Amino acid sequence: MSDNFRAQRPPLALVVLTASVGVVFVGPFGYVVARNIDLGTDFVSLLFSRSTWEPLRRSLLLGCAVATSTAVVGTTLAFLTIRTDLRWRRVWRLLAPLPLVFPSFVGATALIAGFASGGLVEDLISPFGISSLPEMRGFRGSWLVLTLFTYPYVYLPVAARMGSLPPEIEESARLLGRQPFEVFVTVVLPQVWSAVLAGAMLVFLYSISDFGAVSLLGYRTLAEQIFADQLLDQSRSMGLALVLGLCALGAVIAERTLQRRRKRVEMVSRQEPVIVALNRWRLPWLILVGAFIGNALVGPLAVFGFWAWRGFRARVDSVGLSVDFGELVEPAWNTVQVSLLSAVVAMVVVLPLAWLTGRYQSRVAGVANSLVVVGFALPGMVIALSLVFWAIDAPLISSWYQTLPLLIMAYVLHFGALASRAAQVGVEAVPVSFSDAAATLGVGRLRRFGTIELPLMVPSLLAGGGLVMLSTMKELPATLLLAPLGFDTLATEVWAAGESGALSQGALASLVLVGLSAILTWAVVLRRFDVY
Amino acid sequence: MQKRTLRHFLNVLIPLVLVMAVVACSNNESSNRQITLYSGRGEELIGPLIEQFTANTGIDVNVRYGNSADLALLIQTEGDNTPADLFISQSPGAIAFLAGQGRLATISEELTSLVDDGFAATNNTWVGITGRVRVLVYHQDLVDPATLPSSVLDLVDPKYEGQVGVAPTNGSFQDFVTAMRSQLGDEPTARWLQEMAANRSPNYPKNSAIVEAVGRGEIPMGLVNHYYNLRAVEADPAVRSSNHFFNVDDIGSLVIVTAGAVLSTSEETGDAEAFLEYLLSNEAQSAFVQHTQEYPLVAAVEPPSGLPSLAGYTAKSIDYELLGDGLLGTIELIRASGIER
Repeated sequence: MSDNFRAQRPPLALVVLTASVGVVFVGPFGYVVARNIDLGTDFVSLLFSRSTWEPLRRSLLLGCAVATSTAVVGTTLAFLTIRTDLRWRRVWRLLAPLPLVFPSFVGATALIAGFASGGLVEDLISPFGISSLPEMRGFRGSWLVLTLFTYPYVYLPVAARMGSLPPEIEESARLLGRQPFEVFVTVVLPQVWSAVLAGAMLVFLYSISDFGAVSLLGYRTLAEQIFADQLLDQSRSMGLALVLGLCALGAVIAERTLQRRRKRVEMVSRQEPVIVALNRWRLPWLILVGAFIGNALVGPLAVFGFWAWRGFRARVDSVGLSVDFGELVEPAWNTVQVSLLSAVVAMVVVLPLAWLTGRYQSRVAGVANSLVVVGFALPGMVIALSLVFWAIDAPLISSWYQTLPLLIMAYVLHFGALASRAAQVGVEAVPVSFSDAAATLGVGRLRRFGTIELPLMVPSLLAGGGLVMLSTMKELPATLLLAPLGFDTLATEVWAAGESGALSQGALASLVLVGLSAILTWAVVLRRFDVY
Repeated sequence: MQKRTLRHFLNVLIPLVLVMAVVACSNNESSNRQITLYSGRGEELIGPLIEQFTANTGIDVNVRYGNSADLALLIQTEGDNTPADLFISQSPGAIAFLAGQGRLATISEELTSLVDDGFAATNNTWVGITGRVRVLVYHQDLVDPATLPSSVLDLVDPKYEGQVGVAPTNGSFQDFVTAMRSQLGDEPTARWLQEMAANRSPNYPKNSAIVEAVGRGEIPMGLVNHYYNLRAVEADPAVRSSNHFFNVDDIGSLVIVTAGAVLSTSEETGDAEAFLEYLLSNEAQSAFVQHTQEYPLVAAVEPPSGLPSLAGYTAKSIDYELLGDGLLGTIELIRASGIER
């Protein structure tokens, strides 16, 4: 087994490149610090106040709970859909990443409409004598919604790794008489562990920054308080944002410690991976996978389908209550445009960082990495305002204010962590020995990167790009504040319809959003997985 | 094989990205007179009115839609460089915040005199556009309307335990509590909040969530703005929720305005005021009445059919100065009461 880590000093160009990426990513956290200084926040007394602890405790509890459950679910789903003979696995592979595209407030709305007392589900089951459903608010509801809609952060990177594991070790283990489950635990899991941890950390960060679901479900976390106080008590609001940023740094350090502790056993291959026969477990697993993805995807879709159908039928002659497909064409195109652009830009921007982190011991990479990660833990609203703060009167950049390039930059600052964690998983999996062998044959560095390492990293890079793409498609606060005037996306359409109470139009926009994300996920990400 | 597919993939992707980048960077300037509006009110409502305004005057209006509080924050952060000339807010709170930050220009008295006293800022920094009345929405099968109280203060009765949905983190509930403070004083307001808390009033994040919960029969009643239920009934005529109005002189019948203001940094104040004036024209006011069932603020336009006339309401002249910095005091009262659950 090869150890990819190199003790030697990293090339200077790579360090400079990474440092400049890091400088850009200082923006959001720097804004939070600057505002706190500006407002004269008494950070120490804020940190030791009971009114901070309570929301902090809730944020951490929710973050850890969701990270744990998604790690289990995401890994299991990835194994079942990529490495077993599960029935209809190609369909599940397409459907599994899609719940990520639901804005969390949409998921929470669907859950409430479906499961709350007197909701659609109760209407359906009441004829069978079942009259009460479990309460779906507070921690339980938030945990459920976030688990259902964020597990793809784990699923996609893990699935990408699972698809590129070399078959030899597993085959040997099987030949030596190990049971499939033992092989999974002792051979497969250690090789994908890095991807599982990376994904779970992203889920943790998303959960602590989420506002949409927790506010609707009445769970008062740090992020919820940051919003509640943003106008009236700005010093507290920005102070809490700083606490949130520090939590993210803590998560980065924790993940690095966990990653370092274990021995690197990862390898990559382009051979067909081993397919495990599920035999008599085929049906139970099929039912479980179907039930889970069904809940995450079909549940909300059914609620939206119902609303859209009611809108088609009603056609009430009043604004917003009828549905109109034509109005969604331009927002759909805009959504495709920004999500692809930011996915590509994010992958290119974080690649040097990922390479430096994965291959060398570098303090610059450590700092840059932390800054990138913090961008994902801060609420989108804070990211947007930080860009306004830095860009509005900066020379040169100010002329880009409220144009597409700056909007893309906001997405990249916010979602760069998704790209960078996935890319690091990819970098770490490529053995140094391949490139060394080519080097002895006199092949240049860039050419080796382009012909040997990059192709091996493609699945991980695409998984990262896919995460950025799906996240951008649903992004709302930064889009509303920073998009060019008159630039609507599907997410802003869903929001606008919700604001005016036009459920049916909002439902239709959500359906188009899901459909579009399915097409893009297949075209950009999944087709590449299947090459293996 | 892998290499070929990768190259094929890049061959498609790279030109696509380049084309999109070019499209993204080109923008088309128009030579017309134009103003920029940040609107906390939705496009479905404001969009048609803007088109009409442009047709009437030849002034183009660029609009950024968003949540009122978010847009107020945006204007604050943009500072003197804000591209916005105008701000329209769903709630008095966001506009009072900007007034407190010194970001609003004084508008002409001709404009503010179009609406009754109490529906515009005393220092003429903003003018009301429409009004919403606070009501009690109830489920027709769960509640006998004849038994409903005529004052919001009576909802603290133990017989309403667990029955009245509230949205304590929502702007309109906070405005209502602020009005209560200005009319009754802090002490009685705090007591009312504590008793509502003791009654374990169920919490919801916003008005529409309460109306939906009442419509499902999850809770029998809730405190909201009047038009949410009218919209819900329009969307689904079978829904069993209905509005109960408190007495017109009760603090429970507070009239909350949506408001417009011109920014102090605007160089197009004349055109910006012309737009606000258009929103207060009979044509635009009738459109608000028809589409959102809100109350018009100009006397010549009739309120939505089936609604009590606005003329009798007394809880309209709340001290909006309180809604600036004083709103923090409201938040503190609400938090201290324990009504947030």
